[in-house]
Amino acid sequence: MVTIEFLGPIGKAPLVLDIKNLNELSEILKEDSDLAEWLQNSAVAVNDVLIKDKNIVLKSGDKVSLLPPVCGG
Amino acid sequence: MNQFETTIKPELYNNGLPVCEITNRWYENYKMINYGAIITFVGVVRDEGGIDGLSFDIYEPILNSWFDAWQKKAKEKNAIVLIAHSKGDVLNHQTSYIAAVCSPKRRVALELIDEFVEDFKANAPIWKYDIIDGNRIYAQDRSTKIEGAGILS
Repeated sequence: MVTIEFLGPIGKAPLVLDIKNLNELSEILKEDSDLAEWLQNSAVAVNDVLIKDKNIVLKSGDKVSLLPPVCGG
Repeated sequence: MNQFETTIKPELYNNGLPVCEITNRWYENYKMINYGAIITFVGVVRDEGGIDGLSFDIYEPILNSWFDAWQKKAKEKNAIVLIAHSKGDVLNHQTSYIAAVCSPKRRVALELIDEFVEDFKANAPIWKYDIIDGNRIYAQDRSTKIEGAGILS
């Protein structure tokens, strides 16, 4: 199982999903209309490492994080 | 690396930062290991737009890796970087952010502080909210997408 966490202002409780890759995750999250805008503007980290390529295989125990636009300082 | 450099991490505090304690401590520590140029940037919350203050969420694992990458970059120029930031609510005229560069030479410090502060604003995993009438409102219009955003859309 893979844990999905939604950081900062997304304000959604974590999900635990049986998925094998980010394409599957994308298809599942697109079904939630509340997430549409966040999917467009959020970066993705797998196990706390930011990634730029969706072609990543996930394994059980992985954590995927969605990071919406930031503004520190 | 010396004893300070090996243990430098982002310093996170609940609410407004104790500015004098932090900046004085950094100054006292780093002047003693022969850094000739120490530049601190202090970010103060301004009273504007009807806000009572700002509020912050931080994702620490990626903040730490962002900071470690910066420390490595600074080290290549014989410099170090330092950072302190608030979590939670910070009222107007309090301080939410302090960044510093310590370097043997002024030119390196002057250039790095600019790049360091700007990259922090654009890429550190921190989310800002306006506090208005007791509500916490995401400052989306002032926020920046992290590089690579949108791959799940």
